Amino acid sequence: MTTLITNPRVEPRKPWKSTPKQELPNILMLLLAVVATVVVVAVTPMKGKLAYAFLFFIFGTTFQMALSWKKRGRAAATDTFAGAVMMTGGFIVFLPVVSLLWTTISKGFKGLGLHIFTQTMASTSYSDPLSKGGLLHAIIGTLYLIVIATVISLPLSILTALYLTEIKGRASGLIQFLVQAMSGVPSVVAGVFIYAAILLSTHLRGSTFIGALPLAILMIPTVTRTSQEVLNLVPNELREAGLALGATQWKAVATIVVPAARSGLITAVILGVARIAGETAPLLFTLGTTDKINWNPFVGGQNALPYYVWSGLRDGTEGGVQRAWTAILVLLILVLSLFTTARIFGNRKAKR
Amino acid sequence: MPVSSTQIQKAPPPAPREITTKPRASDIFFRGVLTTMSMSSLLILTLIGLFLSFRGYQAFKTQGFHFLTAYDWNASTDAGQKDVFGLGAMIIGTLIISTIALLIGVPLSVLTALFLTFYAPERIKRALTTLVDLMASFPSILFGLWGFIVLMPMAEYWAKLIHKYLGWIPVFSVPQPAYTRSPFIAGIVLAIMIIPIVTSVSREIFGQTPLDRIQAAYALGATRWAMIKAVVLPFGASGVVGGAMLGLGRALGETVAVYSVLNIVFKPNWQVLYGFGGNIASMIVQKWGEASLSESKALLAAGFVLFVMTLLVNLGANFIVRRAIKSGK
Repeated sequence: MTTLITNPRVEPRKPWKSTPKQELPNILMLLLAVVATVVVVAVTPMKGKLAYAFLFFIFGTTFQMALSWKKRGRAAATDTFAGAVMMTGGFIVFLPVVSLLWTTISKGFKGLGLHIFTQTMASTSYSDPLSKGGLLHAIIGTLYLIVIATVISLPLSILTALYLTEIKGRASGLIQFLVQAMSGVPSVVAGVFIYAAILLSTHLRGSTFIGALPLAILMIPTVTRTSQEVLNLVPNELREAGLALGATQWKAVATIVVPAARSGLITAVILGVARIAGETAPLLFTLGTTDKINWNPFVGGQNALPYYVWSGLRDGTEGGVQRAWTAILVLLILVLSLFTTARIFGNRKAKR
Repeated sequence: MPVSSTQIQKAPPPAPREITTKPRASDIFFRGVLTTMSMSSLLILTLIGLFLSFRGYQAFKTQGFHFLTAYDWNASTDAGQKDVFGLGAMIIGTLIISTIALLIGVPLSVLTALFLTFYAPERIKRALTTLVDLMASFPSILFGLWGFIVLMPMAEYWAKLIHKYLGWIPVFSVPQPAYTRSPFIAGIVLAIMIIPIVTSVSREIFGQTPLDRIQAAYALGATRWAMIKAVVLPFGASGVVGGAMLGLGRALGETVAVYSVLNIVFKPNWQVLYGFGGNIASMIVQKWGEASLSESKALLAAGFVLFVMTLLVNLGANFIVRRAIKSGK
């Protein structure tokens, strides 16, 4: 009796799971495919990693297809083939991500150190050793740009999304189309637009604020579209319930719809920030430049992490490219940590 | 009783009650603010068009229609010489590179989305989704740097292989064995860059496939692939087109990544494996640094052309999506 009470948990059985004996032919076929690949590569003139990957795909798929044909006929063989193609597609997509991450970390790691976050490039050139000079000015510049661009674009985009989902007025179709068109505005066009509209027309020089304007333009469609999608997912019953309880539309939207969609709206903002944090092209026209810290967002040039990477890449020397890798590692860490923080935040709110 | 019947006849027919909803002041204000703010996109797009065409007007005026069709780009250094600005090769190059990017990127994305939604075990699904989402946040300059240093040598090798086996197709032929910085490589970089957005849009739409239809297909004895073909693909087609459209929008205007891996030459190049090509956005950045005032106005005009191109693409794509939605359901 006592053993039953202290150990009441019984492992659930999964009768649909294939037993090792049923899995055996699959594994055998995969092994056979490996063998066949190696043999063919050794015998024929096809060589290299590409040949291995290609042949393994062919053999693996064919053998698995044969197996499922024998077991369950033609439809199953087609199914196996489709599955193999999709798996390969997923794997091919997986490769560049890993390569990008690995290259950035391994190359950027070399220049990493505490001095990166405490020094600027004010009295350092690319030919100096890596232990001198840092990214502080560029990090501050990037943070400034993100904050200013978000402050400008957030109200515009969320209110536009609310117009599209809550009011659905006569202009909805037009605005929907315009937002879609705006999402196609290339970053370089946003940059030259601000240049043509502000820098060419007035006596202003490039500054942080002006650099943030094209970023805000780029951020608006991303945030609007995502928010709109999220707001559309809020069930209509919630809105109707609010209105039926006597709330005005404003109250219903502010106290019911927006809170219900909050985590999604946060995701929308993150996607917007992720879209602009690494933008380089518009900054080339609007940011001015400096090697020192500039705390004033309205006067004087500014630097930013992507701009710094661009300068290093353009410079082309070993020191320049190495510093570019380090800067891009820092930029990546910044973006990814923003991403993670906001996502955790969004999840927590959603659970409550 | 006769009296009551006359009374009924005399009574006026009941008038329909007028139903009015009087919005509160707060609602009028709320709707007003939303309507005004939603016009911001109209305002911004109009301003972009106005300013770029206004500033670029001079280039159109001096160059005429040749600005769009000519293949030369020479800013005069002497006072007497005339500037020659022609964008033709850059327009062709941009279209070629974006097409390559879509041809590689969209099938891969759709396959990945299907794999993630219907085939992948939970653990792989979570890992790969996170990775693809991460990729969306990678800055474009990272793709440029990576494309230049890591991808270029590999892609040159692939280009050689393609040339060796498929060189008889005119598009894959090359006049000389020069494969560096070709439209093909730029197209691969762009394909990788548009994969996250196309994948996540497709995945989202596939994930919204009505469960009852999926289960109905299974109940009728469909295999997983048969179910996808009969239920998921028709349902998700419009979403995939929408995702591809977003990708194209990004590919057309991508600047720094393309700039790093493309050899920009003012000459149209249809042989995608051969080492030069054109791209409007990269050209603007390339020429910007040393541009005189008249040349920078021509560059603004080039920006206007790019802007109009992306607008037209979006217009066409919008039309396709709307039609796809109609036929899909």
